[in-house]
Amino acid sequence: MKTLPLSVNPPLFIPFIVAGDPAPDVTIDLALALEEAGADILELGVPYSDPLADGPTIQRAAARALDGGMTLPKAIQLIGEMRKKGVNIPIILFTYYNPVLQLGEESFFALARENGADGVLIPDLPFEESGPLRELGERFGLPLISLVAPTSKQRIERIASAAQGFLYCVSSLGVTGVRETLPETLGDFLREVKRHSRVPVAVGFGISAPEQVAMLKEVCDGVVVGSALVQKVEQLAPRLQAPDEREAAVAEFAAYARSLAAPLREAYSSR
Amino acid sequence: MERVPNEYGRFGDFGGKFVPETLMLPLEEIEAELDKALADESFKQEYIRILQHYSGRPTPLTFAPNLTRQVGGAKMYLKREDLNHTGAHKINNAIGQALLAKRMGKKKLIAETGAGQHGVAAATVAAHFGMDCIVFMGEEDIKRQELNVFRMKLLGAEVVPVSSGNRTLKDATNEAIRYWVAHCDDHFYMIGSVVGPHPYPKMVREFQRVIGDEAKEQFLAREGKLPDVIVACVGGGSNAIGMFYPFLQDDVRLVGVEAAGKGIDTPHHAATITKGTKGVIHGAMTYLLQDEYGQILEPYSISAGLDYPGVGPEHAYLASIGRVRYESATDAEAVAAFQLLAQTEGIIPAIESAHAVAKAVELAREMPPDETVLICLSGRGDKDVQTMMRHLGAREGEDIATVR
Repeated sequence: MKTLPLSVNPPLFIPFIVAGDPAPDVTIDLALALEEAGADILELGVPYSDPLADGPTIQRAAARALDGGMTLPKAIQLIGEMRKKGVNIPIILFTYYNPVLQLGEESFFALARENGADGVLIPDLPFEESGPLRELGERFGLPLISLVAPTSKQRIERIASAAQGFLYCVSSLGVTGVRETLPETLGDFLREVKRHSRVPVAVGFGISAPEQVAMLKEVCDGVVVGSALVQKVEQLAPRLQAPDEREAAVAEFAAYARSLAAPLREAYSSR
Repeated sequence: MERVPNEYGRFGDFGGKFVPETLMLPLEEIEAELDKALADESFKQEYIRILQHYSGRPTPLTFAPNLTRQVGGAKMYLKREDLNHTGAHKINNAIGQALLAKRMGKKKLIAETGAGQHGVAAATVAAHFGMDCIVFMGEEDIKRQELNVFRMKLLGAEVVPVSSGNRTLKDATNEAIRYWVAHCDDHFYMIGSVVGPHPYPKMVREFQRVIGDEAKEQFLAREGKLPDVIVACVGGGSNAIGMFYPFLQDDVRLVGVEAAGKGIDTPHHAATITKGTKGVIHGAMTYLLQDEYGQILEPYSISAGLDYPGVGPEHAYLASIGRVRYESATDAEAVAAFQLLAQTEGIIPAIESAHAVAKAVELAREMPPDETVLICLSGRGDKDVQTMMRHLGAREGEDIATVR
C-alpha cells in the first residue's frame, strides 16, 4: 500500500466523495472506481449537520448520508471495508472537528489507524487550535493535513513550514462548490505557498473542469476535485442504488473522474 | 476569577477560534482593531454619544409595584432595554460593531437573525451609517416574525431566506458565516450575540455591558445597595452577559434563564447549558445540543430569539465555575409571564424576556420583602403579539378581548 508523501510527478489527482452518499456500499464501489480512474489519494468526507466550509452540493450530500445513518465511526470503518475490497491508494479522512471531539481525539486516531486511514483533514481546526491533534497524529502516524487560503498571507510561512503529508491550498474565497472561474492571482498564491512548503502542494475548492485542471498542473503538485464529483454522484444516485443499473452508473462516474484527471497525465514535463 | 478571555480567546476551556483558515486573518484584523478602539477614548465617546442621542440611553430602571404586590415577595425591578430604539438591547451591539466596521473602512454588513431583532438593529445602523446590509434569516423564523422581516426591508436591508436545516437561527448563522467566507475582503460580519469565534464573544460583551454598568449605578441610586438577584434570559446570551458582566465580582446572585420549550425532559427545548454537552458550534467551544456522534440537534422554543442550540462560551465558563446559575422556563411559563407583566404593569415584554420574568417571579415569591430582584427586560413584545394571538387560541374574527 502506498503512503504519504507521494511522488508528485505527474501531479496528484485527489478526488473527494462523501461517506455514505448515497449509501455506504455505493461509496466503496465509487472509491474502487476512482482508484481505477487514476486517483492518487482519496479524500473521504464525513457527513456533518453544520458544514460551515461547504456549499450546497456537499451540504446536500451530507444530508443524504446522515439520513442513511452515517456517523464518524461508521465512516472510519468504511475505510477498513474499502481496504478489504482492494482500495490501495492513501485515504484522507475529511471531517469537521465536533464529531472528532465527541468520539474522543485518541479513539478517533486509534480507530482511523486500525482501519487503514492515511491522514486527517479538519477544515474548522485552524493552525492555532491544532497543536494537540497534530501531536496525536504524529503518535499514531497519521498526518494532520493543513490548509492555507488566499487570506493566509503572513500565516503561510508558519503553516507551510509545519505542514505534514501535503498542504491543501484553498483556491479562492468562499465555501466548496463548482466555480466558473478561478482567481487570476491563484498562480502567484500557489508559487508563494510552494516556496515555503516541504510537502506537496495541492489545490482545491471550485475546481470542476478539465481546463482548470490543465491550467493548474503547472503551478501545483496536486488537484482536489470535490463538488463536481459529488454533483455527479447526486445525479447518478437513483441508478447507483438500483441493483441492475449500478455497474453502468459506476462506470459513468469513473469515466467522468478520468476526464478530470486526464490533463494531469497529458504531456507532463518535469519541472 | 481569571481574566477572560485570554489571548487565545479562551474563557477557561471554552471559546477559541474553530473556523476555516480563510477567516483567520479577518478575525485577527477585527481583534487588533477592537483592542485599539476599546483603548481609544474618542471611540468610546462616539459610541456613548450615539447610544444617547440615537437609541435613547440610558434606559430606565423601573420599579414594578403591582407585580411585586401580586407576587408577594422581593421587590422587583426592570431594566428597560425594551425602550431602546428598535425595541431591544440588540441595538447597543449593532452601534458598536458598525462603528468598528466604519473604523476598518468596511461599508457592507452581514448579519444573521432569529427573532429579527438583531436583523432590525443591523439594518437600522446600516441605514444610519450609510452602509449596505444583508441579513440571513431562517424560513421558519421569517414565518414567525414577518413584521420584523418587513421592518428590515423598509430600512433598506436585503433579507435572504435560509432553507437548510430547521430553517431557524442556527441555519441562518451557518449561511451568514458561509457568505462571510466568500466576501470577507470587503464585508464586516456583525454577529448578534456573544457567540462565534474569538473575538466576537468578547466584542459583543463589551458592546452590551452598558446594560449592567447603567443598571448598577441606577440601582445603587435608587436602593442604596446592589440587587440580591439578577435574572436574564439566555439564548446566545448577549443581554445576559451585558447585564451580568459588571456584577461578576459583586455579592449578587446571577440567574440565566434558558428556553425549556415543551419541557427539558422532552426533545423540544433550547436549554443548552441545562441539557447540552461540550463541543464546537459556529467557531466556539461551548455547550451545545448534539447527538452522541457530534451532529448538532435542532432546538425548539416558542421564542425565535432563544431557539439556538449553542450558548456564548463565556456563559459556558460562568456555568462551569458556578458563578452564574442557569435555569429554564417553558413556553407555557413564559406565556403566562408575558400576560402577567402586561396586565400588572402595562408592559408587554418580548417573549424572550418573558422567560426571565417567569423565573424572576418564581424566585421573588420565596424571598423576603426587603430583598430585591432585577430583571433584564431585554426587549418589547410588539413583535410577538401575532404569535401570542395564535398561541392563545384567538382567531381572526373572534373577540380578542375575551382571550385570557
